[in-house]
Amino acid sequence: MDLASAKMIGAGIACIALVGAGIGIGNVFAALINALARNPAAQVTPFAFLGFALAEATGLFGLAIAFLILFVF
Amino acid sequence: MALALHPLEQFVIKPIVPLHIGKIDVSFTNSALLMTIAVLVIAAIVIVGTRREELVPGRIQSLGELAYEFIGNMIDETVGEEGQQYFPFVFSLFMFILFGNLLGLIPYGYTFTGQIIVTFALAAVVFVGVTIIGIWKHGWHFLSFFVPHGVPIVLLVLLVPIELLSYVIRPFTLSIRLFANMLAGHTMLAIFGGFAASIGILGLLPLGLDVLIFFLELLVAVLQAYVFTILTCLYLNDAINLH
Repeated sequence: MDLASAKMIGAGIACIALVGAGIGIGNVFAALINALARNPAAQVTPFAFLGFALAEATGLFGLAIAFLILFVF
Repeated sequence: MALALHPLEQFVIKPIVPLHIGKIDVSFTNSALLMTIAVLVIAAIVIVGTRREELVPGRIQSLGELAYEFIGNMIDETVGEEGQQYFPFVFSLFMFILFGNLLGLIPYGYTFTGQIIVTFALAAVVFVGVTIIGIWKHGWHFLSFFVPHGVPIVLLVLLVPIELLSYVIRPFTLSIRLFANMLAGHTMLAIFGGFAASIGILGLLPLGLDVLIFFLELLVAVLQAYVFTILTCLYLNDAINLH
């Protein structure tokens, strides 16, 4: 296998990290909707966005690695 | 596939005023320029906002008050009354990162928070500062932070190294989170921009997507500044109140 195709495959594998971010973000907002449907007065939206940012960051680590593989090395 | 412009070209540091002291390169770069602009904008908002203190605030004054109260409430909720003495540091940190992220979204601008060394320096300042505050306040008692309460002694052999590792790793996670968000977001914008430029009339599709991603990036820019600051507050809380 030559280097160019190995890079492409590596970048694709690195993008699998986004699966976890997708599940995490989905969980965060599902829980937010649940909470707001049960108690519309709940003050939980800031925490939901904090959770969204933390969950999204983990997926972006993988995406950043994919970009670095594709465009830097 | 050849893109018209390299997607990572936006992160290249270009010297504007070349300057060398001995063998050390201390040129004034585009990164330094954007940092200076960020500091000037923050200073302008705070100074102009508080120059004429009116009962009914104008635009700039309410912007300053909003940021002030936001950080004040954040410290109150996470650290408590004792944390208010660190307000200036937390406020400067939040405003610097926020305006770094926002100024980076201006086309042809430069994102200095997309450089790992900038975010790592900020995170290292937080880490070293918080550790010094903890040791200064509690002395040797600070080490009890690494020993969870009510755990059998046998498990401590396992838990203390884990606690220690999760403490030492903080500056890295803090800096990489901000850096990776900025790098991935801006690269994504550039890649979709490259698609739009290279496929003709169909390019309207990636262009529309780019507009949507831009709004996501606006959200992320504010959110990541918030996350960095609130994690700083939580670390400060750990050092001041020890669990």
